[in-house]
Parts: sequence; structure tokens; C-alpha cells
Amino acid sequence: MKVKHGFFTSLKCRECGRHYPKEALHVCEFCFGPLEVDYDYDLIKTVLTRDKIESRPTTMWRYRELLPVEGEPTIGFQVGFTPLVKADRLAKRLGLREVWVKNDTVNYPTLSFKDRVVSVGLSRARELGFEIVACASTGNLANSVAANAASGGLKSYVFIPADLETGKVLGSLVYGTNVIGIRGTYDEVNRLCSEIAGKYGWAFVNVNIRPYYAEGSKAMGYEIAEQLGWRLPDHVVVPMAGGSLITKIHKSFKEFVKLGLVEEHDYHIHGAQAEGCAPIVNAMKAGTDIIKPVSKPQTIVKSLAIGNPADGFYSIQTMKQTSGWAENPNDDEVVAGIKLLAETEGIFAETAGGVTVAATKRLVEGGRIKPQESLVLCITGHGLKTQEAVSGKCGEPRVIGPHLHEFLALLDRKN
Amino acid sequence: MPVNVRIPTPLRKLTKDKDTVQATGATIQDIIDSLEKQYPGLKERLCDERGELRRFVNVYLNDEDIRFAQGKGTPVKDGDEISVIPAIAGG
Repeated sequence: MKVKHGFFTSLKCRECGRHYPKEALHVCEFCFGPLEVDYDYDLIKTVLTRDKIESRPTTMWRYRELLPVEGEPTIGFQVGFTPLVKADRLAKRLGLREVWVKNDTVNYPTLSFKDRVVSVGLSRARELGFEIVACASTGNLANSVAANAASGGLKSYVFIPADLETGKVLGSLVYGTNVIGIRGTYDEVNRLCSEIAGKYGWAFVNVNIRPYYAEGSKAMGYEIAEQLGWRLPDHVVVPMAGGSLITKIHKSFKEFVKLGLVEEHDYHIHGAQAEGCAPIVNAMKAGTDIIKPVSKPQTIVKSLAIGNPADGFYSIQTMKQTSGWAENPNDDEVVAGIKLLAETEGIFAETAGGVTVAATKRLVEGGRIKPQESLVLCITGHGLKTQEAVSGKCGEPRVIGPHLHEFLALLDRKN
Repeated sequence: MPVNVRIPTPLRKLTKDKDTVQATGATIQDIIDSLEKQYPGLKERLCDERGELRRFVNVYLNDEDIRFAQGKGTPVKDGDEISVIPAIAGG
């Protein structure tokens, strides 16, 4: 028997506070503000304890009272609880004492943090009676929707800019989904999807299912706090595209404090974007919360190339409220960041990970992160998906015949 | 001068389900006033108490965000197309 619980109560407009029923709605009819899931924290506090969480399977669903699904999740039950890696060698290179890498490059099943949001979004879409699911994506989300829809027996459509990396296109096609490539930027894909979502009764995870979907990102923050031994770090560096993840990391920490699961602690959340598409960083550095959209993103970091970030305003609020900062490294720094993480910690991150590492370097050099302070880097996707970015920049294999003397000669040459 | 204004789903209850309506005026401000006259209540949904466009209301004049032209003072000419679009999420 399915037990429905009342931990999440309604949808609520972030701007004007109006309440809405728990349906496939995402925009306040009155003021256009984004709708967000509202919870009964008093009720959650009576049932959710550290012991209870620790007794559950090591997936993101161990925090299920804080995720907006009414019954049991039906899609993506194995997602999350990725390693939090103590990154001592990277710390040394950065000149810091305590650095951790939250490694979502090995998230299940599609190697990016998007499996978190999709697990929640599709489970909720099914509860709401949808049979066709869809998304607008820069790649990772498409991969995750395609894979999770396949495993859940749902039909799916994914809409992507037509010029994405080969790995990300193939990484959707293989699941038998309908891949629609759009000749245009992500923002143009997004606008089209908003029109399609209005016309057909499909569950677009990041349009009409967005309030539920977006909550899945909180699990990354909960896991960081639990894996640090139920404490909050001094600093977190988060990549920003639409800007949702950074706001949800902040929300997850605030919720854990509110529920008494961790002690209150001053933390700083910093945002990272690539120089060629940095509307949120530019606004932060200019001291404004008005985001000037980038109409033609130009960067190798396609997964973050969103010119008109829907959560940009709230990202700025997150960084301001936590006295964080923002950085926008260029593509060369991004490649160097990918290599630094790989060479020091054995973690091959996609371009967004390179942005995070490179931005961290700038934050340390700029004195925003002090040597004795603790830091967590959110590494959100696997490098095998964006091989083009580093192809030809990591050297080439040295080819010899299968003869010992050739190998010895090669060693001699090197020395 | 008449222009076409594309109305997003959340506002169509006010425009009797029409997804495109006509309005007249020399600037975006005039257009908003013209819409309000035809469909009372619409202005309150687009603008806050101070009369400024709400944060999550995006207004495009021929695909150009008016915040990067002259905001509500942006001039409008015959045959222009105006779209009102809510912000949406990343992916």
C-alpha cells in the first residue's frame, strides 16, 4: 500500500507568497514569480533525525521527507550519495589546509548531478499522471531524462542545441529517446520548450515540473553536510548555469540548521561561470542584482552556457547573504582546472568542473578563501562527456613497436 | 499605432484565452496602458505597486529584451511584435 505523507504541503510563490496546489505549475499566475515547494518543517522535525537518516540506504532518498514526492519514489531510487573526497593533494596545490571534492562525476546512472533533479522530477511527474516527459537541456539533463525515463518506462523527448559535444548527444540517443536538436542557443531552446509545454500535456522537468525537479539539487548539500560528519564547511564553490544549484545548496544548509541536524555555522557560497557566458558573475562583480543576458555565449563550457539564467537573481542573493563571491575564469584556465583536478585527485571532470576548480584558484589568490578555512568543491559532471575540451591538450601517447629496446630507447630520450 | 502582443498562458484568463492581442501606443508604457484599458487587471500583473515591470516578467520587442533598450520608454512602431514571457529554468 502506498503511504502518502504530508511533509510537503503546497507550492508557494517566492516573490508574492501566494499559495498554489501541488500540481504541474511553475509560475505564479499573479506576478510571474517562480513557485517553490513549501514544507511542514515542524512535522519533519518530529521524524527526521541523524540516526534515522544514517539507518537508511546510501542514496539521496535517505532525506526523502525533504524531497517533494508524495509516495515512494518510483524513478532513480539509487541516485546520489556520491563520494565526498578529501582532496589533500589538490589542497596543497591550492595552498589550503582542508579541501573536499563532492564528486558527482560518478552519480548514478548518467554521471552528473542532474540525476538528482531528474529522479525527483520524474517520480513526481508520474505521481501527477504524466506519461510523456521532456526537457530543454545543455546536455547533462537530456542524458539523465533519457536514461531515467527509459528505466521507468516513460516516453521522452529531449531538446538540445544542435551543436553539443558528441558524447552528450550520443549519451541521449542510446536510450532510445526522441532527441530534437535545435539550431540555436540554449535560451532559444528554452523559449521553444516553454511554448511546447503550454501546448501539449507533457511533463517538462525544467518547465512545468520545475518546482519539484529543482528540489532534487538540495540532496547534494545534505550529503556534503552529513559526509563532513554533520557539519557545514566554511566555503563551497558551485558552478552556475541557470543558477538553481547554488540556491538549493544554500537552502539545504538552512534546512539542516532549522531541523537541528547540524549546528549553525557561517559559511560562504561562491559561484562560478565561464568568461564567455558569465551573466551572473558579471552582475555580482558590478554590484547589481539585475542580470544582463548574454545573447551569444562563447565558451567551451557548453553545459553552463545559459545566457539568460532564470535563477540568476536568487543566485546573487545567495552569494550576498553568505558573503560569497563569484569568478569567471577563461577557457584556458578551465582546461588547466580540469587537468589540475585529474592530476592531483584522479577525478576527470567535465568543463563545468574545470570552471569550478579555476574559479576556486582565483578565489584563493584573491584572498576570499583563507589557507586555514575548509572548502568543498561541487564537481557536477564527468569529463568523458566533454572530451573535445581537452582533446589534444594533454599530450599524445608515444607509440613504439613491441620491443624492449624501443622502450629503453624511449626512456633514454625522455631522460 | 497597432502592434501585436503575444500573451503567455498564465495571463490568458484575462484576455479571454487569446494568445495574441492588439494594442496601440508610441512606447512600451503606452502599450501596457492600452492593454489595461482593453483587459482590466493586466497592468497589475505586469507591473508592481510602483509601476515598474515585475522582476520575472520578460518583455521582448521583436526578440530584444526591453531592459537593454530603454525599458518601458522603449519606442514602438507600427507592425512591431511584443512578447511577454515568464523566466524559465536551466538545464
